[in-house]
Amino acid sequence: MEIILSAAIGILSASGIWLLLRPRSFQVIIGLCLLSYAVNLFIFSMGRLTPGAPPIMPKGGFVDPTLYADPVPQALVLTAIVISFATTALFLVVMIASRGLTGTDHVDGKERSQ
Amino acid sequence: MAEHNLFLLLACLPFATSLILLTLSPNARGASTWLSGLSLVAGLAILAGFLPGIREGDVLRASLEWVPSLGMNLAFRLDGFAWLFTTLVLSIGVLVVIYARYYMSAKDSLPRFYALLMAFTGAMQGILISGNVLGMVVFWELTSFMSFLLIGFWHQGAAARDGARTALIITALGGLCLLTAMLMLGHVAGSHDLGVILRSGDAIRAHPWYGAILALFLLGAFTKSAQFPFHFWLPGAMAAPTPVSAFLHSATMVKAGVFLLVRFSPALGGTEAWFFTVTGIGMVTLILGAAVALYRHDLKGLLAYSTISHLGLITALAGIGGPVAILAAIFHICNHAVFKASLFMAAGIIDHETGTRDMRRLSGLFKPMPITATLAIVAAAAMAGVPLLNGFLSKEMFLAEAVYWHNGTWLDNALPYLAIVGSTLSVAYSLRFIATVFFGPQATNLPKTPHEPPAWMRRPVELLVFICLVVGILPALTLGAIVNIAARSVVGPDLAYYKIAIWHGVNAPLMLSLIALAVGTLIYALSAKAIATGPEGPFLLHRIRGQRIYDWLLFRLTWRLPRLALGLVSTESLQPQLRLLVLTALAVAVASLWGGLSFAPELRLHAFNPAFALLWTVGAACAIGAAWQAKYHRFAALVLLGGAGVVTCLTFAWFSSPDLAVTQLLVEVVTTALLLLGLRWLPKRRSEIPEDKLLPAKIRRSRDLVIAVVGGLGIASIAFAVMSRPVVSNVGDWFLGNAYYEGGGTNVVNVILVDFRAFDTFGEIAVLAIVGLTVYALLRRFRPAPESIEAPDQQTMADSPSVDDYLFVPSVIMVWMFPILIMLSGYFFFRGHDLPGGGFAAGVTLAIGFLIQYIASNVRWVEARITVLPIRWMGFGLLGAVTTGMGAWVFGYPFLTAHARYVNIPLVGQVPAATALLFDIGVFATVVGAVVLMLVAIAHQSLRASRRREQEELAARKEAA
Repeated sequence: MEIILSAAIGILSASGIWLLLRPRSFQVIIGLCLLSYAVNLFIFSMGRLTPGAPPIMPKGGFVDPTLYADPVPQALVLTAIVISFATTALFLVVMIASRGLTGTDHVDGKERSQ
Repeated sequence: MAEHNLFLLLACLPFATSLILLTLSPNARGASTWLSGLSLVAGLAILAGFLPGIREGDVLRASLEWVPSLGMNLAFRLDGFAWLFTTLVLSIGVLVVIYARYYMSAKDSLPRFYALLMAFTGAMQGILISGNVLGMVVFWELTSFMSFLLIGFWHQGAAARDGARTALIITALGGLCLLTAMLMLGHVAGSHDLGVILRSGDAIRAHPWYGAILALFLLGAFTKSAQFPFHFWLPGAMAAPTPVSAFLHSATMVKAGVFLLVRFSPALGGTEAWFFTVTGIGMVTLILGAAVALYRHDLKGLLAYSTISHLGLITALAGIGGPVAILAAIFHICNHAVFKASLFMAAGIIDHETGTRDMRRLSGLFKPMPITATLAIVAAAAMAGVPLLNGFLSKEMFLAEAVYWHNGTWLDNALPYLAIVGSTLSVAYSLRFIATVFFGPQATNLPKTPHEPPAWMRRPVELLVFICLVVGILPALTLGAIVNIAARSVVGPDLAYYKIAIWHGVNAPLMLSLIALAVGTLIYALSAKAIATGPEGPFLLHRIRGQRIYDWLLFRLTWRLPRLALGLVSTESLQPQLRLLVLTALAVAVASLWGGLSFAPELRLHAFNPAFALLWTVGAACAIGAAWQAKYHRFAALVLLGGAGVVTCLTFAWFSSPDLAVTQLLVEVVTTALLLLGLRWLPKRRSEIPEDKLLPAKIRRSRDLVIAVVGGLGIASIAFAVMSRPVVSNVGDWFLGNAYYEGGGTNVVNVILVDFRAFDTFGEIAVLAIVGLTVYALLRRFRPAPESIEAPDQQTMADSPSVDDYLFVPSVIMVWMFPILIMLSGYFFFRGHDLPGGGFAAGVTLAIGFLIQYIASNVRWVEARITVLPIRWMGFGLLGAVTTGMGAWVFGYPFLTAHARYVNIPLVGQVPAATALLFDIGVFATVVGAVVLMLVAIAHQSLRASRRREQEELAARKEAA
């Protein structure tokens, strides 16, 4: 399982990085989304993989932390998901505004001069 | 104690007045004048109350806690010198306030002007009465900033802006030098207390740092008091309103520099280095300023250069540094302030009543404005050093020092000759001012017909000229005593009483004075014609302009050099920057993990599950497919991105993270909707871009592919190395153990978000709100590209059914989904503290509910039925979160401390009612507001475009008809 998830993180981030370096702004946006999945999964996996033990506590009594998934990476990732939506929206708006102003969807606002 | 409080009141009064003035309406001319004038008079009254103590040689102290954790206090200290100077500043301030009331036009906001003036006065006074050298530097820089605002008060004019900026750059840079000098002084003396520093002169002079301290200190003082070669900011500052010039260049600002020289002469002075630099620069400035003043055609320009010249004189005296020289310097500070303020005000009256300050146009003004002319002539005579006026007395003391004081150096031997050159030139320019402006044929082509100004505009000048006369005739009775007290507080208590008198018998200084008067008159008489038609500077010197060198340097430093550096080390295009970023991240990761990345000897792995493998086969295919298709098939890429997102969401669910799964799924919905809305505005790309097939493009792609693969492999191996190790116990265990007992909830993730780490969450929702507003603001001025304005093909095809038609059944379902989604949102919200859900998830769910309505039918239909005010949602959300957090203060707990208990609600049962729930409402509302705002703002662009299209069509039809 760990190998599969590591490979998945690797593939997601490789696709993200590749798109990040592309010239069209839509490619960059998709790349950032993929990269944010990769990073979220990466942070999440730092709490190790624990199937079937969500951090929902009993009401009272002794709690053995080893029986539950680590809640800290989950809390970190939860806000990261919402924030990454916000940054995607911001980037999208900058992208379409820049496209309106410059007439091109190249990230530099002008086509590469060959 | 009363004295202590009064002293603090004195220090704070101008600032408080400034704040009050800012709240007044721009039309409150009378009220603002009275308020500022009375505040200064109150300050003077407090000072008058301190006089008996000051006479006895007392030093008043007061302090105010400033940064207690660093042991820094605002300390104040008032001795004779500070008392005299502060009184001078406040008195001239009162007169400037009265004068400005009549000078400033109805267009100018007087309250704003006075607010700046009061703040400036407070800062200037702060320099004078600071008891701590660091506090002094703070006030020093504050005067630079306030003078920037005052000089640039008429910011519509380019000259005012440039002058203000030059003044700020020069004086603030000097201030930074001064700060360094003061820090070093404090280190050497062992304390930043002014009194201690002034007493440890011997230790400072013997210290190896003395040279550096002196250089930095003098840079600060010279830039402020416009000494050569930093003098050029002062003429540029003449673009200020004249009341400002009258204040800044007579009693304040430039005098702060000489104040510092006089004040610190016991600590830093008395060495050869001090004498040569201070007196040397002072003499150069004295002669240069006087020489240029003679040639200036602008009335205020002449006065500006004469100010520079007089400051040079005071600086030279401070450089000599003997007890009598210090006394003469203090005396000349007062005298110069009085006659220069009156001259500036007179120049302002002339400018105000004739419409010009050009001396080549002004002539014969004595006839239309005899009283102003008389006043200006007396003040100019005081400036020239004519006997029976105050300027004569201090100038003669200067000449006496130049002649009688000796330390055997060449500069000392040259002093009398230099002094006489300076005095002669000062007679010549004063005479030029009097002769050209007031005498000769009456000018006819002036912009306005000259006449006497309003009586109250002249009163301040009358009073100042009266003081010139009284001090000039009866020096011992008027200023003699207090100047002696002030000098004693600088040089020490053993200073013998120096009697200032008009007549010392026929001696060398008197002869020098007479020679200066005679030669100066002769010089002007011989060269008057040449000056009036010539350039604005003496022979050849007018070609070397400090201002021009400064402009050249500034341009090089702030424009050319950064451009050059940018061209060398950076690029404007994004791709190389991002590539560099990725490569740097890779390099840093490799460098830090080199040799350290090892897999655990005993891998702790979970059993292989084929379903999970299949899941990620699909996920990986989606990710790679999205990367592959994003250029030419944006919609396909978007769908594939969604696929990768769903797989991510399932992974969260698989590994015990229901909260993340829910949030990820919901956010996936809104992200997809968002990107779909954006697709509409991107250029169509049906055929391949020809350049993509060229070799360079292929090389670029292969290179990026290598980078991407290396990066991916790196992250994957790090992830595997960590995941296969046993978990280390961390703060998460504490959260798990205490979520219920401390946070009153069983869903630990939610308790962390709204209770344990609520402050972080608060920061995040603030970011969300800011992004929402930014999106909204950016789109308000959005102009789409020309070819995207047309309605899309699907809508223009004649035989295609409209969107409403073919979405008819789904749209009915979607409308009916609305209440269900609201329900779901509430459900997520209330179970959040104990079970997966919470404010974030609930907020996004509600936003989806709104969004679906927009999709189901057209925007106009929805907005006619539901009014969503997203900005209010965000505002109430943030306010709610803050208020909940501050509620903890009422009970004496830190910000955002939560309280939890269960409440039994009839029918519903036990409900967790933590204050964290209130906070979560804030989170919820902010998320709803921000998400809806962003989506609706983007969705509205189509509406705006179609509205514009309809209007254009209508206009075209009208034109055709």
